[in-house]
Amino acid sequence: MAASTTTVPSASPSAGSRSFISRLRDGDEIARVITFLFAASVVLITLLLVLQLWHDSSLARHKFGFQFFVTRVWDPNAEQFGALPFIYGTLVTAVVSLLIAVPLGLGAAIFLAELAPQKISDTLQFFIDLLAAVPSVIYGLLGVFIVVPLMREIIQPALKSLLGFLPLFQGPPYGIGFLTAGIVLAIMVIPYIISVSREVLLSVPRDQREAALALGSTRWESTWKVVVPFARTGIMGSIFLALARALGETMAVTMVIGNTPTNSASLLSPGYSIAAVIANEFTEATGDVYLQALVELGLVLFLITFILNGLARLLMVVTTQKGSGMGHV
Amino acid sequence: MNSRLRWRKFVSGFMLTLTGVCAAVAVSVLFFILGYLVYHGGTSINWNFFTKLPAPVGEIGGGMANAIVGSAKLLLLASLFGVPIGFFGGIYLAEFSNSSIAFVVRYAADLLNGVPSIVIGIFAYALVVLPFKHFSTLAGAFALGLMMIPITLRSTEEFLHGVPRALREASMALGASRWKTIMAVVVPAAYRGIMTAILLALARVAGETAPLLFTAFGNRYWSPGLGQPTASLPAMIYSYAISPYDDWHRQAWAAGLVLLALILIVNIFARAILARGSAIPRS
Repeated sequence: MAASTTTVPSASPSAGSRSFISRLRDGDEIARVITFLFAASVVLITLLLVLQLWHDSSLARHKFGFQFFVTRVWDPNAEQFGALPFIYGTLVTAVVSLLIAVPLGLGAAIFLAELAPQKISDTLQFFIDLLAAVPSVIYGLLGVFIVVPLMREIIQPALKSLLGFLPLFQGPPYGIGFLTAGIVLAIMVIPYIISVSREVLLSVPRDQREAALALGSTRWESTWKVVVPFARTGIMGSIFLALARALGETMAVTMVIGNTPTNSASLLSPGYSIAAVIANEFTEATGDVYLQALVELGLVLFLITFILNGLARLLMVVTTQKGSGMGHV
Repeated sequence: MNSRLRWRKFVSGFMLTLTGVCAAVAVSVLFFILGYLVYHGGTSINWNFFTKLPAPVGEIGGGMANAIVGSAKLLLLASLFGVPIGFFGGIYLAEFSNSSIAFVVRYAADLLNGVPSIVIGIFAYALVVLPFKHFSTLAGAFALGLMMIPITLRSTEEFLHGVPRALREASMALGASRWKTIMAVVVPAAYRGIMTAILLALARVAGETAPLLFTAFGNRYWSPGLGQPTASLPAMIYSYAISPYDDWHRQAWAAGLVLLALILIVNIFARAILARGSAIPRS
């Protein structure tokens, strides 16, 4: 509304007579400057975070270069640091979690957006929101005492006897490992997929559905062949968002993945993830290179989630034409 | 009705039922979690849990009084740091800023919001722990406060945008300055929404563990002042859950129940406030 300069002669006399001094007396300029400082500090903090990660990993970056990402050895005693087992573990658990969470989450979102009456949909969404608020350490707690024994006693032996010929399901059923971490992660990211996908599906214009139904399609055909493709990009956004969460998740994964740097192809074997290795070894890291290698892992994690979140936002904006509903609040 | 149509109707009914099953499964997870925590935690909670320090390793009993106080201190300090930055930053975005600055600030806030919590921990370690040479309540609160900033900022902005323009114009027409209008008219009109957002932000960081591991660290005793390592409920749950002692497992369940109950109560309460006062529509 009011511009900060008064050099332009204004048509309305009242606007012109409010000089800089008078606005200063009213506190407007002071308020503008002070609130600006607060807003600017957000930008500064974010910049500082990026610079700090970059700077604090310089030793490791120079020493290992690109080899850091393709080396399998993680040996603090020999100061040899390769991130491959951790990157592998992070990716595998994230992929497993999405394989479970996407169909389940999308299905639930379709039910909430297309089928359930408004009241029921809102009530269920309320529970989903509460589910999203459950802290990750609680998921870890349940993972350790419920999912892990369940995997060890029932699910993993069953998988082995059914699909044991595949390299994916070999080795002893420890209970902990990639598969368990992936399942716990799936439970954690489902609420995000549901919330965002539901919102996107609800924003699909009503006439799309009616047109499909009028052409004689069944309810499911109109949903699956018209509404879901219409909302495709937004749903992809929700998946990227979930992927970013899954990759960066620390506590629940640390508690059930086994914390052993392996490159085993088997989903049943214990593994390690980027976030988990930082959580476990950061306070014990002796020597600059060791600590900086861990910071570099943090930088990698930051960059991956940064890119994924950016993509998710872009896709969301494309579909709903506004950036809300992206999970703040 | 030919068989083709019957098949299509069957598929439709089947798939739609399946989506209902998906929704039921997703929601039932919440009740499953609650049920298990009440079942395991409820039997482990006693008065000692809230009043006693952790027992020495190997001894049965003790409580988490220091962790409860530690968490409260961390959250209070985190809000003192994060809420003002988010709140006034949000006012700037909604009321003063031009679009290009607003874009940069929003972008930075969204970026900060997406940073994995463990990376926030690394940042707080470098910025607060290293200069002071030891783990502290201050460092933990800084990490948690950082995570509160983007949520508070974006919600403040959103709710201020939701305040009708006419309210602003009425106030300015009466001769109030811009700032007076904001503080006396606009912010009170959006007060409910902003409070809700701050409560939700608080509930979210209350359960954060990863950023505390190498900032607040942990402590089996009281942590005086702000410069000492401190225990916190989430970090205690983590270390007790992965410990080999049965009695610690029991206490981890109890702590989990207390933490989850607090977080869910705040969430329900905040959403109830928001639902009741629909004076300000969400933009």
